[in-house]
Amino acid sequence: MREAPILAVLFLCALASVFTTIGIVVVLSEEAVGFFRQVSIVEFLTERRWTPLFVEKHFGVLPLLSATFLIALLALAVAVPVGLGAAIYLSEYASARVRGVLKPALEVLAGIPTVVYGYFALTFIAPQILRPLGQETAFSALSAALAMSIMLLPLVSSLSEDAMRAVPASLREAGYALGSSRLEVAVRVVLPAALSGVMAAVLLALARAVGETMIVTIAAGNIPNLSWNPLEAMQALPAYIVQVSLGDTPAGSLEYKTIFAVGLSLFACTLLLNVAAQWLLARFREVYE
Amino acid sequence: MRQRLLWALVAMASLLLAACAQEEEQTTQPPPTAAATTPVPKLTGNVVIDGSSTVFPISEGVGEEFSKVQPGVKVVVGISGTGGGFKKFCNGETDISDASRPIKPSEVEACAKNGIEFIELPVAFDALSVVVHPSNNWVSCIKVEELKKMWEPAAQGVITRWNQVNPSWPDRPLRLYGAGTDSGTFDYFTEAIVGKEDASRGDYTASEDDNVLVQGVAGDPNALGYFGLAYYLENQNRLKALAIDGGKGCVEPTVENVNNGKYQPLSRPLFIYVNAKSAARPEVQAFVDFYLQNAKKIVPQVGYVPLPDEAYRLATERWQARKTGTLFQGVEPGLRIEDVMARER
Amino acid sequence: MAPGPLPGGVRVTAPILTQTPLGRRHVMRRRIAAAVAEALLRMAAMVGIAALVLLLTVVTRDGFHRLSWDFITSFPSRFPEQAGIRAALLGSIWVMALTTVIAVPLGIGAAIYLEEFAPRNWLTRIIETNINNLAGVPSIVYGLLGLALFVRAMELGRSILAGALTLALVVLPIIIVSGREGLRTVPPSIREAAMALGATRWQTVRHQVLPAALAPMMTGIILALSRAIGETAPLITIGALLFVPFDPRGPLDSFTVLPIQIFNWVSRPQPAFHEAAAAGIIVLLTVLLSMNAIAIAIRYWSERRRQW
Repeated sequence: MREAPILAVLFLCALASVFTTIGIVVVLSEEAVGFFRQVSIVEFLTERRWTPLFVEKHFGVLPLLSATFLIALLALAVAVPVGLGAAIYLSEYASARVRGVLKPALEVLAGIPTVVYGYFALTFIAPQILRPLGQETAFSALSAALAMSIMLLPLVSSLSEDAMRAVPASLREAGYALGSSRLEVAVRVVLPAALSGVMAAVLLALARAVGETMIVTIAAGNIPNLSWNPLEAMQALPAYIVQVSLGDTPAGSLEYKTIFAVGLSLFACTLLLNVAAQWLLARFREVYE
Repeated sequence: MRQRLLWALVAMASLLLAACAQEEEQTTQPPPTAAATTPVPKLTGNVVIDGSSTVFPISEGVGEEFSKVQPGVKVVVGISGTGGGFKKFCNGETDISDASRPIKPSEVEACAKNGIEFIELPVAFDALSVVVHPSNNWVSCIKVEELKKMWEPAAQGVITRWNQVNPSWPDRPLRLYGAGTDSGTFDYFTEAIVGKEDASRGDYTASEDDNVLVQGVAGDPNALGYFGLAYYLENQNRLKALAIDGGKGCVEPTVENVNNGKYQPLSRPLFIYVNAKSAARPEVQAFVDFYLQNAKKIVPQVGYVPLPDEAYRLATERWQARKTGTLFQGVEPGLRIEDVMARER
Repeated sequence: MAPGPLPGGVRVTAPILTQTPLGRRHVMRRRIAAAVAEALLRMAAMVGIAALVLLLTVVTRDGFHRLSWDFITSFPSRFPEQAGIRAALLGSIWVMALTTVIAVPLGIGAAIYLEEFAPRNWLTRIIETNINNLAGVPSIVYGLLGLALFVRAMELGRSILAGALTLALVVLPIIIVSGREGLRTVPPSIREAAMALGATRWQTVRHQVLPAALAPMMTGIILALSRAIGETAPLITIGALLFVPFDPRGPLDSFTVLPIQIFNWVSRPQPAFHEAAAAGIIVLLTVLLSMNAIAIAIRYWSERRRQW
């Protein structure tokens, strides 16, 4: 087998990702272990206040966790319907010319640096759109969520569209033959057939939303706040990590170690989401060829 | 055909990189007159600076001017934060650490563990201005006790209206804007006003970017906020700064009052910490000499307040004697720099 | 009377439906619903475009007048009118070039392995879950990893190489996923035909599958790299600098990048710095749009050459 060395090289490439994960887990755990020696896991998971940088210290991660998920879910609540709508339009209705313009335009959205999205939220969405709606502060979960939804739009839309285009024409034609309108075919035939791909897109978008750093750092808020009111400012997990690693806390202190505990929690969350995604995909996948 | 295209792309890319790598001249801009230093031999080498983003503009300015006088020396400045900067400094990765607060005991320990000795040099004042909306006509001078009542942890959720702090003020909502909790500004304000570092209420709009606070206060008639003086001075037409009464009468936040030590307790010194071993290198030596000689001119250009001449003299003395160790750690806000430095004698 | 056309324009009439008033109303309702739905869906697609235009206008309008050759060729300065993005632009280009060289072969190699050669066993599934997971890790965590591994353990210091390695880790999962998607667009019949002619698996991949998958893979790669060029947090964490008054000469030099420079200028008090930041954003977006244009060009060119 002269090809064995080539295969070996390719296999190593694939393993690189495993090494990355191992590296991340090692780097995070090393310091997180030191943190958990001083703060109990029970407190970490159940205490409702997160105040390591204040004089009275509480180490409950719930406020950061709730903010992260609130923002992510709000962002998806906008990005998924709009993205799916765009995907249905692009795959079932649009002519090739329209698609040729619309698709690249959506891809441009995907490439815009997240710093720019963050500032867009801070300088436009918050004062011009949300202020009139009753938001009192410069930061809010909704402000970050709206900017994030724009960022996620291309992801949801293009992945769903790919899934829908992969549905064979014969299924569509059968639907038309029975007298269905384009909308009915799209929604009742194509979408269910593409369901696994669409769900994968949604879950991928969720994982991306949970881990997105700069938008929440710039636009959502800098003080942890356990609240479900999207018009309030609150701090998400990645924003906290950025704040402390770039701030004044001396390295090696308990406050500094919180970064790693928080990072580890975030990693665990996205891992759970992805495992769930894989399982869902495996269950609902339909094979065509 | 595809292969040819690939090679063409590679060739173009390498040409581009080569062209960029060859450009050496910096564009000459009309320079503000450089300091009156005697002609020095052309030096080469690197000076690596990292640390506080507050002190960054000063180090950037000094680096900029120094590069004109000594173009062979590569001065680079980072913004890893005071804490991150000290970590790198105590690892021996940087020559100078920018700091918006004195070094902490744990950091002194970390440095000692790695055999790193440092020379602590104050270089400028940063003042915290307390500002309100221009339409605010009920307060022009605020007492430290009143600020404490507004900002202490016990105020969270309780003190929500102006008249709760001072009955002569109107019954209007109190909206607070302040520093992010992991900044030197936050540490300093809480220590100076509330009396304990990090002791603050948590229900206010916090931002590490003072521009956001400026926007917030400028747009809210019921607001009160604190942030660096430079940000107030850039936005004077949109904000009203309060005089602070620290027990000795109302003092306006002006450059003068900060410089002569009257604006207390909200003036804080900014530092650079120099690695003693690096200080032996001629390029680092020349750089720090230049820094101390030109701070007085450059510091105001970036929005901070220079130290009084006596303080610069004492700092230069300390530098030339290469005295290591910290004098400022644990010092309460309000003391004059010259007094703190004189303690060493 | 047709509720919807078949491809080819054949119209189906349903006489029963249209001969009773109830039937007519029913048909009308479905047609209205269809029309409304189509309008809504078109609006959904337009929302993306509208958001893009709005975003670009808002963030760049302050910066246009600041753009000039001087701006691009000057180094940073404490005087906002003199500050320029030269170091940041060159730094970004250097870092991106190195990131590409590191991440693309690694990513495509992994994609080829997973898609063409990997057996369907537990190890493969772990690798796949792993890659999907890495795509969602916040970029600053990669910064922490890069700091510990490349800057300290491998002693690369805060160099372009350390930055490129860190960013390569960030984009690797995305490249692998797009690579796999690209490989999947090649129909199995191509592979089967090659093997029927006696080619080995690697020969099939190298001469048939890979060239055919090149276009969709390139699109994904360029999109992944456009993401990398906008990353701020991981590079600051590994120690990318901000004030760099010289051109980088090699991979071990210190550097700064556009997003960091922009991020810093935005937080300065002087409004002139904010304009400089907006101008910097324009430059950054221009670089991005060029990369996207290249992606589109490659995709178009490759689709035209495709023979099936």
